[in-house]
This record gives sequence, structure tokens and C-alpha cells, in this order.
Amino acid sequence: MDRRPRSFYLLSLFFGIYVLFLYGPTITIGILSFQGPTGGLTFPMRGASMTWFSELFQQQAVGDIWGSFRRSLTLGLMVMVTTVVVSVMGGLAFRKRFAGSGLLFYLVIAALVIPSILVSLGVGLVFSQAGLRTHWAGSGFGAQLTWTLPFGLLVMFAVFNRFNPAYEEAARDQGASPWQTVWHVVIPIIAPSLLGVALFGFTLSYDEFARTLLTSGSRNTLPLEIYGMTTNSRHR
Amino acid sequence: MNRFLSSRNLGGWLLVAPLVAVLAVFLVLPIVMIVIVSFWQTTEFSIVPAFDLANYEFLFGSSVTYDVFLNTFRYAAITWALTLGIGFTVSWFLAFHVRSPTTQIALALLCTVPFWTSNIIRMISWVPFLGRNGLANQGLLSMGVIEQPLEWLLFSDFSVILAFVHLNTVFMIIPILNSMMRIDRSLIEAARDAGASPFQIMTNVVIPLCKPGIMIGSIFVLTLVMGDFITVRFMSGSQSANVGRLISNDVGLLQYPSASATSVVLLLTVLLVVAMMLRLVDIRKEL
Repeated sequence: MDRRPRSFYLLSLFFGIYVLFLYGPTITIGILSFQGPTGGLTFPMRGASMTWFSELFQQQAVGDIWGSFRRSLTLGLMVMVTTVVVSVMGGLAFRKRFAGSGLLFYLVIAALVIPSILVSLGVGLVFSQAGLRTHWAGSGFGAQLTWTLPFGLLVMFAVFNRFNPAYEEAARDQGASPWQTVWHVVIPIIAPSLLGVALFGFTLSYDEFARTLLTSGSRNTLPLEIYGMTTNSRHR
Repeated sequence: MNRFLSSRNLGGWLLVAPLVAVLAVFLVLPIVMIVIVSFWQTTEFSIVPAFDLANYEFLFGSSVTYDVFLNTFRYAAITWALTLGIGFTVSWFLAFHVRSPTTQIALALLCTVPFWTSNIIRMISWVPFLGRNGLANQGLLSMGVIEQPLEWLLFSDFSVILAFVHLNTVFMIIPILNSMMRIDRSLIEAARDAGASPFQIMTNVVIPLCKPGIMIGSIFVLTLVMGDFITVRFMSGSQSANVGRLISNDVGLLQYPSASATSVVLLLTVLLVVAMMLRLVDIRKEL
């Protein structure tokens, strides 16, 4: 193996600093979670303890952290399954041109670039004007899908751009119906990517803040709850 | 008509029906609603349908609007430049200097893992780092670089930009890395054989071939920063404003028509920026 140029070491250093920048703050928060009972979100630590963790498991004075955790988990799973199914269907459809496919593609891009707060505000307005109550599993669910579906679909585009149609042709030649081809040939081949789409769908939903803010109704999801807690603690 | 209902079209439409339904109800309808409500009037207790340009007159008549939009563009431009610089350098290292594909994937994953965690938590985690008694100030004080703790580290434009870069660089790295990995290595060899310096290879070979990745990354970063409201609110300690905060403040005061008018202007601005960038690249071909 030939010698590394000097730029390699400079770039390695740059990369190292970037990774430190990426992870440093999160690690600090991890350390601070063992803060002593009198400490807050600052250094130096006032002793180490499990106080804050045990507090999580006790009756909360304000808020409902476990309820919001359950809601976020349920919502995340709902979004995950829907995203996978709808993205695969969309990905299959977009392999062939159909009337309106160009327009729909631009709509998907629009969904990706329209600021989250606009979706939140708009869905909130539609529901209030229609006399419907906003609910995390209804309006919140839909608002999150406008963000996870375009992501899932883009991944499916990338997957199908690299998909070798010879497998399908072989299946067809063997007498498989279109449904059998998809179910027994296409899906197993793209399964690893589907896992990626599922992870995407779940985490994008689990973390989502702006889109859920005005659409989740009276019960908070976890990110909203955490945000509420930080704004409380700032006044302590 | 017959051709229109051909089986090819029908199959496609059936497959995209759920997608269209979701986007129609939760994207198109809400945006139409925002446009309609932006012409409505606000009374003390509710919002009433009307066709009134007052919301726009107020918006464009106030100097605050121009300052806030300018500030939004400033945040977007600075964040874009920084994420592009960092993203390009990191991708360059991963694509051209890391030799084993396994290490390459592992290091790329290392860059994307934080993306799976909550933005709110990643913002909060800067507080103990940058605060008046934070790690940064303590470190600098003990090294004797400064004598007084720096006040501008937290709740300032600095911390806002820092958080934007921290949260969004990954959106630059992944598309640029994706384009770089597709560059035929023999092109670089050829450039070197023809006597190009490393810098010339970068500007004349790699950057033109990375243009699609750079564009996709830029679209992500620009739209995320321009549409943000929570990062600015949290990291500036409510001392700076961008358009997103203007909207969310109006929403907090139940001034929906006013919030809608601001939203319409923001939407048009964002779509204009994206349309300009899409002219330079065909996204579908590049995936």
C-alpha cells in the first residue's frame, strides 16, 4: 500500500473534530443526567446520583411523561407501518409513467420543502373550521405522514432505480401472476431497504415537533412534553 | 378518453391512491386553507371569513417584517455556507481517503446516527456546554485565554448558527457523499496524468460531478433553516426572530389570519428558492 499523503492526516483531523462536535454535547447531557439532587443543567456537577432517573418513575407533579412516551411510541409505529406500505406502493407505481405522475412527483417534493409549521398551522385550521377536534392519532398522524411519506418515497425511487428487472421477467416467465411477482420476488429483494424506510418513518415521527405542535390536540407527544419541561426549568 | 383509462394508468393510480389521499387532505387542503384564512379578519374572540387585504397591508407596512425576513435569509445563507464547507470536506475524506468500504460505511453511519435522535434534545445539550458557567467558558478560563466568561456563547446569533450547523450538516453529507461515490475514479487518474494539481482536480472534476448532490443538500438545508422556528426560539433565548417565530408568535396569540398571511409569504419565498435550484438539477435522475 502506498504512503498516505499529508492531506489524509489533515482531513482525518477535520473528520475527528466534526465527529466530536456531533457527539460532544449529547455525551455531556448523558453525564449530566446523573447530576446530584441539587444540581441543574449546568456544570460543575453537584455530586452524582440516580435522583433524576428515579423521579421519572414516580408520580409527576406536572405533565405526563409516560403517557406522552406511550403516545409517541404508538404514533411512531402507526407512521412506520403506513410509511412502508404507502411508499412501496408509490415506488412501484412510479416505475412506469402514468398520467399525472410528473405533477405528483412535484407535489411530493413540495411536501418535503414546505416548512413544517405551515403544515401544522394549516391542518390545525382545517380541523377547527370543519368543527373537528385535533387528536395526535388523527390530525397529528396525518401531519407527520406529509413528512415521512416523501422521505420513504425518495428511498424507494433510489431502490427501484437500481433494481434489476430480470428477476421479475424470470418470475413472469415461470408463470407468476403480477401479485405473486411482487410478493415473492420484489419484496424479498428490497426487504433491507424497507427496514431503512421503517426506521426512517419511526424516528422521524418519534422526534417530530413542529408538525405535531398544533395538531396533537390536548395530549402531548414526547418531544412536546420534553420541550415543555425545559421551558419550565428555565424559570427555576 | 379510452387511452386515458388504459390499464397502465389505472394500475398506477390505484397504487398511488393512498399517497394522493394523504397529501390532498394533509398538505394541499391545509395550504389552501392558509391562503384563504390569510384574507380573513380577526375579532376579539374568533376569526371571521372576509376578503380583506389588511393582513398583508400590515405585514408589508411593518419594518419588523423586513428585518425578520432579512434575518431569516442571513441565518439561511450562513448555515448553508458552513454546512456546505463541512459537508463537502467530510464527504471528500470519506470518498477519496478512506480505502476500505467497510470503514467507509461505518464512518458514514457515525455521521448519521445523531440524526435519529431528537432535535430538541440535541439543542438542549448545547446549554451546559455554552452557558456562562458552561464547559466552554470553564475551559477557556482555566487555559487563561479569557478572563471573563464569554456572554455571547449562548442565547445569541452564534449559538443559533451553531445549532443549525449541528442539526443540518448531515443533510449535506449524505447527498454529496452519494454523488462522490459515483464518480468514476479513472476520471481523477486521467486528470492527474494530464498534470492537474489536486486543487484543479477538485474544482474542475469533482465539484462539477458533485453538483447534483450539492444541490439536493442545499435544498434540504435552506428549506429546513428558512422554515425553522424552534431552533431560533430556543437557542437565541427568544432574543432573535425569524419568519417561523413570527408565525408561531401569532399562532400563540390566536391571530390566525395574520399568521396565515406571513405563512403565505414564507411559502412563496421558499418555493421560489427551491424552484431556482431545481432548474439546475434533475432530482429524479440523480437518486
